[in-house]
Amino acid sequence: MELQVADVIQWMEKSNDSIQANKDYLSSLDRAIGDGDHGINMARGFQEVVSKLTTSDYQTVSDVLKDVSMTLLSKVGGASGPLFGTAFLKMSTTVKGMEKVDANQLGEAFQEALNGIKLRGKANKGDKTLVDVWEPVVEFFKSSDSIDANALAEVAKQAMESTKELEARRGRAAYLKERSIGHLDPGSVSSYYIFTALSEVLQKGA
Amino acid sequence: MKKIINDPNLVVQDMLEGFVYAHPNEVKVLPNTTVVVRKDAPVSNKVGLVSGGGSGHEPAHAGYVGAGMLDAAVAGEVFTSPTPDQVFEAIKAVDGGAGVLLIIKNYTGDVMNFEMAAELAEAEGINVQQVIVNDDVAVEDSSFTTGRRGIAGTVFVHKIAGAKASQGASLEEVKAVAEKTIANVRSIGMALTPCIVPAAGEPSFELNENEMEIGIGIHGEPGIERKAIATADEIATELTEKILDDMNLSSGEEVAVMINGLGSTPEMELYVVNKKVHEILKDKGINVYDTFVGEFMTSLEMAGCSVTLLKVDDELKELLDAESKAPAFRK
Ligand SMILES: Nc1ncnc2c1ncn2[C@@H]1O[C@H](COP(=O)(O)OP(=O)(O)O)[C@@H](O)[C@H]1O
Ligand SMILES: [Mg+2]
Repeated sequence: MELQVADVIQWMEKSNDSIQANKDYLSSLDRAIGDGDHGINMARGFQEVVSKLTTSDYQTVSDVLKDVSMTLLSKVGGASGPLFGTAFLKMSTTVKGMEKVDANQLGEAFQEALNGIKLRGKANKGDKTLVDVWEPVVEFFKSSDSIDANALAEVAKQAMESTKELEARRGRAAYLKERSIGHLDPGSVSSYYIFTALSEVLQKGA
Repeated sequence: MKKIINDPNLVVQDMLEGFVYAHPNEVKVLPNTTVVVRKDAPVSNKVGLVSGGGSGHEPAHAGYVGAGMLDAAVAGEVFTSPTPDQVFEAIKAVDGGAGVLLIIKNYTGDVMNFEMAAELAEAEGINVQQVIVNDDVAVEDSSFTTGRRGIAGTVFVHKIAGAKASQGASLEEVKAVAEKTIANVRSIGMALTPCIVPAAGEPSFELNENEMEIGIGIHGEPGIERKAIATADEIATELTEKILDDMNLSSGEEVAVMINGLGSTPEMELYVVNKKVHEILKDKGINVYDTFVGEFMTSLEMAGCSVTLLKVDDELKELLDAESKAPAFRK
């Protein structure tokens, strides 16, 4: 497995495609246990990410990730803006200066992203936040040197689905306490789209 | 959806421009931002006060910008926290050399975006402190979860911290009085109808014709209980009791009262609620120092109201009375 500049751009384009296609679905998930803006926030942010990436020239993967981060930080807002923004910023600094990254390096970048998300949002696994998808994905990358794209998508999917049974302890859904059980966490679903998009890019490249 | 708007995506920009046209002597918008600042910002050697949050809560937060209150208000998208770059612009614009205090409502998104902005500002050598307002007793006070929301009581924090800063107090002093206000202010809201975020186009929740929700959040977050609508006296009693249960007020103590409309509640109804709140307080021997009835922290076109009580001492009374030129809170 190897990701180059063009692959990372494609990863973001595919992420954006899923997010745009599921914008209303994401907002409806957030209406159930939050304030109903998650799809709007993510769609606004990722549209800008794609506009930025497709009109710029990049030499390194880290520069692409840095622009993803800065765009998300300035365009998404809400809770998800600083969290996804921090995640991509940590990934960018982890692979600084690299023109391509392998599975190990990507795994390390995801590990740093997860650390950043947890530090910023103070959530742990089981709190019904996007940490519940990022953490299993990081574990998956750690568990093997060669990444199977299908398995990655499956890990992300199961992790996303697992949030349904959880009671929220962080974010807006925490106000609902036990009434948050039975609903998927919106940020986990958008994270799932991002990892599925990555899996598709890896599938093609492999 | 029936609304007086142009493009749903441009509502915030359009509103801010209209706001400045209405108050040209007090405020301006920083170019290419959604930041409203005092026209004379930065005021040298005065602590700068920055607040803000999602839009849709007008007159919060831009209406509280002006001499005696906030130096800047940062507007996010409707019901969505503003981003760190915008908050950072606000901090830079109001730093007059005495440091900047951020007044944040306790929502995960607001806290994270403002904290990231504070980190950016500190990296540029600006002294930034923050306080987090969490006055909503509908939510359990807990440090293991998100904790209580910030709602209408935030306006008292703006007013009191603003007055203290105007007196030339230091950043530590302004922060201390803001924290004292937060410790003494409690609120709770209720709704009769939901509201519609322009970009979403549909209500974020539904309430039946004969239903109300007690403890609703200002973004339509669910409250404590949904039940059959009651009389104004019953509603006022339930809200006031929930606040008093949490507050430790004894006979002889003094409070400021705020009865806040959530967007489409006739003032008539707010005064009806106010009557009962005053009667309850009187019964308990609690003196009302001052009363504010109107729209202070709305939730688009939601029908409903919130009640806020602020326990005041001599210091808070003096600061509450001090002059303010903010368009939505003149004193
Ligand atoms: N403290 C936190 N740590 C990690 N993720 C969080 C936290 N708070 C919220 N989230 C994530 O953010 C998502 C909500 O994002 P969004 O709706 O865009 O923001 P907001 O809650 O401010 O409206 C949640 O579904 C959850 O996954
Ligand atoms: Mg939301």
